[in-house]
Amino acid sequence: MRRYLIAIIGLAAVAGAAFWLLTEPSLLPPPDVPEKAPDLANGEYMFFAGGCASCHAAPGAKGEAKLRLTGGLEMKTHFGTFNVPNISPDREAGIGGWTNADFVAAMTRGVSPDGRHYYPAFPYTSYQRMTAADLIDLKGFIDSLPPVATAVADHDLRFPFSIRRGLGLWKLVYLDGMEFTPDPALNAEQNRGAYLATGPGHCIECHSPRDPFGGLDRGRAFAGGPAAEGDGWVPNLTPDPTGLADWSAREIASSLKDGFLPDFDSFGGAMVAVQENTARLTDADRAAIAAFLKSLRPIANAPAPKPAASDGG
Amino acid sequence: MTFRAAILGFAALSAAATMAVASDDPIKTRKAMMKSVGDSMKVVVPMVKGEVDYDAMKAEQAIRVIQDVATNVVNYFPAGSETGGETEAAPKIWEDMAGFKASAASLEADAGAAATAAAGGLDAFRAAFGKMAGNCKACHEDYRIKKN
Ligand code: HEC
Ligand code: HEC
Ligand code: HEC
Repeated sequence: MRRYLIAIIGLAAVAGAAFWLLTEPSLLPPPDVPEKAPDLANGEYMFFAGGCASCHAAPGAKGEAKLRLTGGLEMKTHFGTFNVPNISPDREAGIGGWTNADFVAAMTRGVSPDGRHYYPAFPYTSYQRMTAADLIDLKGFIDSLPPVATAVADHDLRFPFSIRRGLGLWKLVYLDGMEFTPDPALNAEQNRGAYLATGPGHCIECHSPRDPFGGLDRGRAFAGGPAAEGDGWVPNLTPDPTGLADWSAREIASSLKDGFLPDFDSFGGAMVAVQENTARLTDADRAAIAAFLKSLRPIANAPAPKPAASDGG
Repeated sequence: MTFRAAILGFAALSAAATMAVASDDPIKTRKAMMKSVGDSMKVVVPMVKGEVDYDAMKAEQAIRVIQDVATNVVNYFPAGSETGGETEAAPKIWEDMAGFKASAASLEADAGAAATAAAGGLDAFRAAFGKMAGNCKACHEDYRIKKN
């Protein structure tokens, strides 16, 4: 009995040490951050391509107010409520004191300057694909926005999700820290679309099924799936009959510009805020996203049919 | 002019007929009404984009259908029709009926303005139409949840 106990304690100690080591925030090598002056116009473009204001501006902000990155949006998930932080260039409440290296590490490694893991409610699993140059430009643009001193409350998460350290294990599986690499099987336009859709535009985050641990099911990327909240469905974007097979590339690009589907229904739900951002991209970039979506392998995925209506209705 | 009035009257009549026919099933009715809004857009958007010639009368007629739907559709969300029939209506409609009705009233007003602007030529119509079209996603953002 005693030997058994010792073995258990020993195992627990090994597991604990392994947990501690594996959850170290610095497992991935620090990103390369070249010296470069930010190109503010490209930074602004990346800001809209990345949809930062959809989460970091005050909830419901319109027009100029979208450039005040006060945070405060509550994201309700089944892990608890995330309170999106202030990322305005305020030194106290925001990210005013950050270096380019701090910012690139946050966006591509999901770690804070003081070495804490970020939750993937911040879609760095996509932003990790962005080039260092685009990230430096983006940081330069954010630095040019008005500082706001509003402090945001901490997240309100259920145990064990409240333990940031535990995210290290999750990140081992779901974060590779790899910048986007063009696919040689695709042409230049399709690769530009792939960069936008899997990197800054993070279309892949909402439009892909997730596994039980909340990680992206990359084998079925863009095949749609149940919405993270409520009982909605995020549509399949692959060129399958259950997806966008019926849509021409032109129709896809046009929907990203004006928000109307080919049957003149309009976007709704979370896609409305996304479209406000894609409306600011160039026609060439919207066409590139469409060309990329059309190049995907068709995957059949539709919501399970509802059980036939019973007599009770 | 009388011909024009007759056509407009007919369009309104057929929209009203759609409403009456299916009114025993509010979910089917409101979906059919929204579908007729989509059909009207199909007539107008190619004109606004310059893909087909602008026809003021057709444009006005199509927009009047949208206006009628905006006036009446809010009556087809009674208590008890929150679920079933493949409805994509969001629970928020019943939590915030006043906000939902305000959103429909805004479409009604902007559709009225666009219908009036139709006679003033494509440029005047395009501006009023753009304002009206913003109502679709504004309401769908809060009050509709896509299910397929
Ligand atoms: C889907 C919502 C969402 C989007 C879109 C989003 N973020 Fe965030 N972001 C979050 C959340 C939630 C956190 C908090 C993560 C945590 O506390 O672990 C966060 C944290 C951050 C942080 C760390 C802030 C701090 O105080 O430590 C930075 C920097 C940041 N985001 C930048 C960006 C940029 C730049 C963009 C656009 C390219 C962006 N975010 C887009 C949700 C989002
Ligand atoms: C925050 C989550 C989210 C992100 C990010 C997102 N989408 Fe969507 N998308 C949705 C939802 C939800 C819908 C369903 C819209 C509705 O309710 O009408 C949708 C619908 C669509 C549709 C219409 C498909 C159909 O069959 O009706 C297209 C096309 C689309 N998205 C493309 C994109 C592209 C391209 C991107 C990246 C630039 C993107 N989405 C990013 C959530 C998202
Ligand atoms: C006041 C809110 C509101 C406004 C404004 C609105 N809609 Fe809708 N729409 C809805 C709701 C709610 C549904 C879902 C109804 C259901 O499934 O029960 C819907 C559904 C639809 C559908 C799908 C119908 C189907 O076949 O099931 C189309 C198409 C549509 N809307 C087009 C439009 C267009 C185009 C506009 C703008 C001209 C518009 N809507 C404005 C609330 C609105």
